[in-house]
Amino acid sequence: MHPALERRRHLLDFAVRSLARRPTKNLGLVVVYALVVFLLASVMLFGSAIRREAGTLLAEGPEITAQAMVMGRHDLARTADVEALRGLRGVRRVEPRLWGYLWDTAGAANYTLMVPLASDAAHRVAKGKAIVGEGVARARKLAVGKMLFLVSPSGKFLKTTVAAILPASTALVSSDLVLVEESDFRAFFELPAEVWTDVALSVTNPAEVKTVAEKAALRLPGFRFVTRSDMARTAEALFSWREGFALALLAGGLLAFVILAFDKASGLSAEEKREIGILKAIGWETSDVIALKLWEGGLVSGFAFLVGVVAAWGHVFFFSAGLLEPVLKGWATLYPRLALEPSIDALELATLGVLTVVPYIAAILVPVWRTASTDPDAVMR
Amino acid sequence: MTGRPLPRRLDGPRGSTLAAAALAAVLATGAVLVGVTLSETHPAADCAAARDLVAALALSDVALFTEARYTRNPSLADLHSAFQDGPGSLEHFPTGSLVMPPRDLPAGRLEAREE
Repeated sequence: MHPALERRRHLLDFAVRSLARRPTKNLGLVVVYALVVFLLASVMLFGSAIRREAGTLLAEGPEITAQAMVMGRHDLARTADVEALRGLRGVRRVEPRLWGYLWDTAGAANYTLMVPLASDAAHRVAKGKAIVGEGVARARKLAVGKMLFLVSPSGKFLKTTVAAILPASTALVSSDLVLVEESDFRAFFELPAEVWTDVALSVTNPAEVKTVAEKAALRLPGFRFVTRSDMARTAEALFSWREGFALALLAGGLLAFVILAFDKASGLSAEEKREIGILKAIGWETSDVIALKLWEGGLVSGFAFLVGVVAAWGHVFFFSAGLLEPVLKGWATLYPRLALEPSIDALELATLGVLTVVPYIAAILVPVWRTASTDPDAVMR
Repeated sequence: MTGRPLPRRLDGPRGSTLAAAALAAVLATGAVLVGVTLSETHPAADCAAARDLVAALALSDVALFTEARYTRNPSLADLHSAFQDGPGSLEHFPTGSLVMPPRDLPAGRLEAREE
């Protein structure tokens, strides 16, 4: 082997043996380090996967959704508003939607009750029937042909038979859905015939969505118009590192590394100083001592980083981020069974590596250099 | 030549060999995990089914956080949702900290100015 490589290999041998002389301390350091990396990487991988999947799915969402507003609060749209939008140039299709939320005491979960659009023949539901999402089926232990009873807040009773259960592969968007027929929906929520939850617009030229939304806003100034790109931006903000739980976790993780690096940078223990003094006394160069300590630090931080990232990958994509489920569910009881598409974002992983490994190794340099530059006799005393 | 055995510390594999073996073990585990998860990925038909459902029902948000209306449908949330329990009420749903509010809340914005 080349002499320079052999020299480095000998340094590596010594570094490993040096770490092995304090097994409990170094193993504990690797475990804690790996745990922090595991937490940060889990949230990072899960957030990336969810954002990517949501972005892909919601790219098929309505081009414009029109909502009536009153006092800053969402109001119901009227049939006259729907007709006003139909006459707008550039609008290909106008479909009023009926949907709403229901707290189900039997399943202790919030459902989204919805009437399929008039153009949606595949999910058309007969009166007295319902199509439910996989989460609803799980919460109420439903199967095709079984009865589903719902009670509205005003005490109205809705009795349906489950006609179908939406596929598990659509759980991310349909887990809490209950699709019912229009007259059933209106009777259940006591809605008159001329009101709708909101209106979905399809635009002839996708490049003119913004223009059509602006024209529609002039025609119906009391309405709010949410475009598909607005929905995409909201999906991109899921698990944003800039706020909330993700920010608290990132701050906590980085603080842990700062404390670790500060502890390293504030000085070496007496035993470590003595060890460096002995090495200098027997003829080691300062550069060799620094290289040795960098190898030690690199082994601990690099190994812990790899273990943390591999464990996070398995946790998110093999075990569907089970440890994050209590956080994601919050107070809800209904949660979709996710099977996220795995992928690697090299930039995010590299950023995590830079934030975790580099400060630790950099913090080793200063005290080691200071000690290695000092007279060995003074160090050993 | 006394025939004494070598000191214990000189026996066994070299430290660099141990480090390489440990690194290889971690990378091999990672490769197996990545391979297994990639091979279990839902086929294109499943992805198409979800996209078709979104298009057919004109869905606007994912059904991930079902505990409050503004976490279930954040893109359609209104300004009132943030303070639905009172003008000064604080966010109390846990998943409210996982979803940023939409940038363009309708019918106004929150501002503070000194007179």
